[in-house]
Amino acid sequence: MDLLGYGAFFLTTALIFSLVTLGLNLQWGLTGLFNVGLAGFVAIGAYTSALLTTPDDAARLGGFGLPILVGWLGAMVVGGIAAALTGMATLRLKSDYLAITTFGVAVVVQLVALNAQKLTGGPFGIGFIPRPFGSLAETPLLFNLSNLAVVCAVTLVVFFALEHLSRSPWGRVLKALREDERAAISLGKSARFYRIQAFAVGGAIMALAGALQAHFTGFIAPDNYLPILTFQVWVMLIVGGSGSNLGAVIGSILVWGIWAGSGTLTSVLFAPEQQARAASLQIVAIGVMLCVILLIRPNGLFGDRLRRPRLGKRAKVATAKSSYGS
Amino acid sequence: MSLQFVVDGLLTGSMIGLGAIGVTLTYSILRFSNFAHGDFMAWGTYATLAVVSAIGAMFGKVAPIGPLSFGWPLLVALVVGMAFTALLALLLDKVLFSRLRSQGQAIIVVMASFGASMALRSLLEFTFSSRPTYFSRAIQIAMPVGFGIRITPDQIALLLLTAVLVLGVHLLMTRTQTGRAMQALSQNAALARIVGIDVASVVRVTWIIGGALACVAGVMIGILVQIRPFMGFDMLLPMFAAAILGGIGSIPGAVLGGLIIGLAEAGAVQLIGAEWRAAVSFIILMAVLFVRPIGLFGVRER
Repeated sequence: MDLLGYGAFFLTTALIFSLVTLGLNLQWGLTGLFNVGLAGFVAIGAYTSALLTTPDDAARLGGFGLPILVGWLGAMVVGGIAAALTGMATLRLKSDYLAITTFGVAVVVQLVALNAQKLTGGPFGIGFIPRPFGSLAETPLLFNLSNLAVVCAVTLVVFFALEHLSRSPWGRVLKALREDERAAISLGKSARFYRIQAFAVGGAIMALAGALQAHFTGFIAPDNYLPILTFQVWVMLIVGGSGSNLGAVIGSILVWGIWAGSGTLTSVLFAPEQQARAASLQIVAIGVMLCVILLIRPNGLFGDRLRRPRLGKRAKVATAKSSYGS
Repeated sequence: MSLQFVVDGLLTGSMIGLGAIGVTLTYSILRFSNFAHGDFMAWGTYATLAVVSAIGAMFGKVAPIGPLSFGWPLLVALVVGMAFTALLALLLDKVLFSRLRSQGQAIIVVMASFGASMALRSLLEFTFSSRPTYFSRAIQIAMPVGFGIRITPDQIALLLLTAVLVLGVHLLMTRTQTGRAMQALSQNAALARIVGIDVASVVRVTWIIGGALACVAGVMIGILVQIRPFMGFDMLLPMFAAAILGGIGSIPGAVLGGLIIGLAEAGAVQLIGAEWRAAVSFIILMAVLFVRPIGLFGVRER
């Protein structure tokens, strides 16, 4: 019984991660947009939904007590807008600038979460976030299973929506832009506009994942959204294989399994005062794993094929550079 | 508002600028944003700290030089640390970056540097724990220099060291054959190869300069603030912002960009409070990207 409960809990967390990974796959796998600040968009979603749905709190602004579904929608809207703004600022520039800007977005979101106490509760976070099926909390197993069902349903909806999108004309334009920007532009597609759309939709999905997580745990604090979150999700996507939605989901479950498993292992093997050190060793291992996979199997488990770099300025650079390796 | 922020800003700006030189060189010559650059900084600082303690164990307590808080062991250790950081950068390039670069996918290299950054930083945390340490716990008396500004001897020494290093790198880039080769490669890689520039050696020099300067910047932070595994990672956004503000590829630009960001940060601390400091570089970065994405001294890409 306990095992079943833990299994449900584990899967719920893994599926919430897989939602973030799916959003990242739309941005990177499909469109080739490099987002290293996704923790920021997840945080935006979590805080937005928390503000909309928590009961009124005298210490904070807001606490509107709205239904959970409104919170989720709000999270997606705000997350999407934030991503669109980031994209607008940088997507006409070289792709590395997007990486640096998204990194900055994550830093700023973290700062706001930590310092704008009136809005976010500062370092104390926001508690009493309403949980779906909160009435079932008395029986943990039932509570975990019903949460798992909700997260499963949302993941499935997003998964099939993304599968549909990537096969739709819209998705084909994105792939065309990724593979051969000049050809796509010569067919009359605005590269920048499509990229901003893809970035916004991806950001909205990440924000939704943040909101789901917030309502699942009932409490959020700035520490949940450190760069390590970005890093974990990237490893999940690379292991699963960027470009494949199925890979994104399976990679998330697999990597979260490894992460949680090695966490349990270190807590068994190391004395309590050594736990912090063991945790940093865990991050080293995952970091090395990411680099090794990039070196020996850049397509991951389910990636379709070797991706070509974006054409234009990048391609000239890439061809000139291909001889640097020696 | 007191003018003290000028000194604080110049010091922070020197640290950012020294780091940004490495970022801008890596970007313009190797064509990728190196997210591990901040961690080179932290590794160099811990290496320097290790050498300082080793010397301390061998020679006992050494008297500091004049009014400074440190003695000759730190200077020796700094040189060793710079060499160590340069070697670390070269090693990482050999094991990881050069292999990925040869696949011709620029962004994969960025991603690998992101992974390497996490691994390097956590390895430091594992070895030295996340508790901050210091080169010296001695408290220096700041001397008043007029206009309500106070400065410590350490700060003067570090500002001078920065000036010397920046001048040295500038001369290297403009007056030597290697420097000219670096510029040629950053401006047109294909053409540079055709005229017979030894790409491998230019790549090596790039890593050596970037690594060594990152170490100096880290040690400055260590002397003036504190040493933590996260010290370099926290500098990443200011360094990128400085490199972009100055114009990618320009060394004077990177230093000037660093000084501007340092001054803006120090000013912001006085005006709106220290907790928002980290947002300053982001705001400057966004402003540059919107208004003049090629930066102050940048050239439009051909």
